[in-house]
Amino acid sequence: MKDVKVDCGRLMDWQELAKGCLIPEPATSLNFKTGDWRSQRPVWSEDKCIQCLACWISCPDGAIMVKDEKMVGMNFDYCKGCGICAAVCPSKASAIEMVREEK
Amino acid sequence: MKIIAKTGNEAMAEAMRQINPDVCAAYPITPATEVMQIFAGFVNDGLVKTELMMVESEHSAMSACMGATAAGARTMTSTSSQGLAFMYEMLYIAAGYRLPIVIAEVNRALSGPINIHCDHGDTMGARDTGWIQLFSENAQEAYDNLIQAIRIAEHPDVQLPAWTSTDGFIISHGMENMEVYPDEAVQKFIKEFQPSFTLLNNQQPLTVGAADLQDFYFEHRRAAAEGMRHAKRVIQEIGREFGQTFGRSYGLFDTLELDDAEVALVAMGSTAGTARMAVKNLRQRGVKAGLLKLRVFRPFPAEELAQALKHVPNVAVMDRSDGFNAQSAPLATELKTAFFDAGLKPKVIDYIYGLGGRDIHFTELEQIMEKTLQAPEPGDLDSRVVYWGVRE
Repeated sequence: MKDVKVDCGRLMDWQELAKGCLIPEPATSLNFKTGDWRSQRPVWSEDKCIQCLACWISCPDGAIMVKDEKMVGMNFDYCKGCGICAAVCPSKASAIEMVREEK
Repeated sequence: MKIIAKTGNEAMAEAMRQINPDVCAAYPITPATEVMQIFAGFVNDGLVKTELMMVESEHSAMSACMGATAAGARTMTSTSSQGLAFMYEMLYIAAGYRLPIVIAEVNRALSGPINIHCDHGDTMGARDTGWIQLFSENAQEAYDNLIQAIRIAEHPDVQLPAWTSTDGFIISHGMENMEVYPDEAVQKFIKEFQPSFTLLNNQQPLTVGAADLQDFYFEHRRAAAEGMRHAKRVIQEIGREFGQTFGRSYGLFDTLELDDAEVALVAMGSTAGTARMAVKNLRQRGVKAGLLKLRVFRPFPAEELAQALKHVPNVAVMDRSDGFNAQSAPLATELKTAFFDAGLKPKVIDYIYGLGGRDIHFTELEQIMEKTLQAPEPGDLDSRVVYWGVRE
């Protein structure tokens, strides 16, 4: 696949694109930061968190960051602020709260 | 030289045997059924290495062809009329994704009312799908065009799907003498398929069919349009190479007695063969008649057609379909655009004829050319567009 480039940061001219709407590299969706149209953001309180990981398994964008089997925060490059993590957080913990996004 | 008697369908099945595609996915439909039926026999007898997929519809047939081509397989199918119509949404996708699939298409009228005989309404309905479209005059051309379509579609400057269309029953079931080339010569001519990508290469994972919204769709469609523009040159190059190899050259169109013609008949498909007799008869009677047989409808060779017809004051366009646009049928509409862009204003009369397989006789084509010569400059729609042969 020579003479083919991927550059998600720039809108290429038609002559530069791979023929046929082809994306000739894997995992290019990582280049697409979906977090920039968030209107609410989740705020996580580490001290209240019981590490049940319900948020991690429920997040539709894989934006809950986990290290050594422990929740360590949100990836705001991709978090769209949908609020599912806050909704599934057990009521006895209430470790995630949605607040208005301030730009 | 091997001259044998074959029907158009047999000729196309023979071409497919010699092409030996990697994958065929097809669903039977009259009058194209025989192409795949005969080819299925070749698969059964081990004469080809093709993976034949018998699917549940033409919608699935074209979908399977697209998947196979994206995987890097040389892929062919055959269909007609309602079958082509049922492929409609995939036809655009195959072109947009630049998948060089080849269809052996047999022209048949579209429903309704239901009819199984020849007119060009089926492929005309899909004329802007992004497929290269070659018309054949007889079984020989159906065979020759199918072999060339492989090279044209797969050419890196084109990389678009292609179909060859053949008049239903008239060519598909009519038996004629034709020349069949040696298997090795056909294989050598078509060369090995060099796909520009394959989904099966795990060393280079890629995505085909991603969403393509406001930021990129327009650019991808523009790129496909460029492939169609290149096709005009590539079709002529391959037609010449075909002539050097097999002794039968092909261009965008063919002409007969056009140099000093006062009236030209423009036709596609089997009617062009009938028109050869009509032109000959008129010439014997002293009428300066000529024929332009259009082989390539997509890409539409507008500049070349205008150049070839620039000295002809009277043009009879034979349209074997109706556009229902209350103006004129597809061939005449596009030809008139070509004339306009070239600054030409011949008298053009559009004859819509032969719908649903109604026969056209060479004496009728003689009458059409004489009528076109004598007709006054057409004013209203009724004199510009003539429904030829309809009872009224």
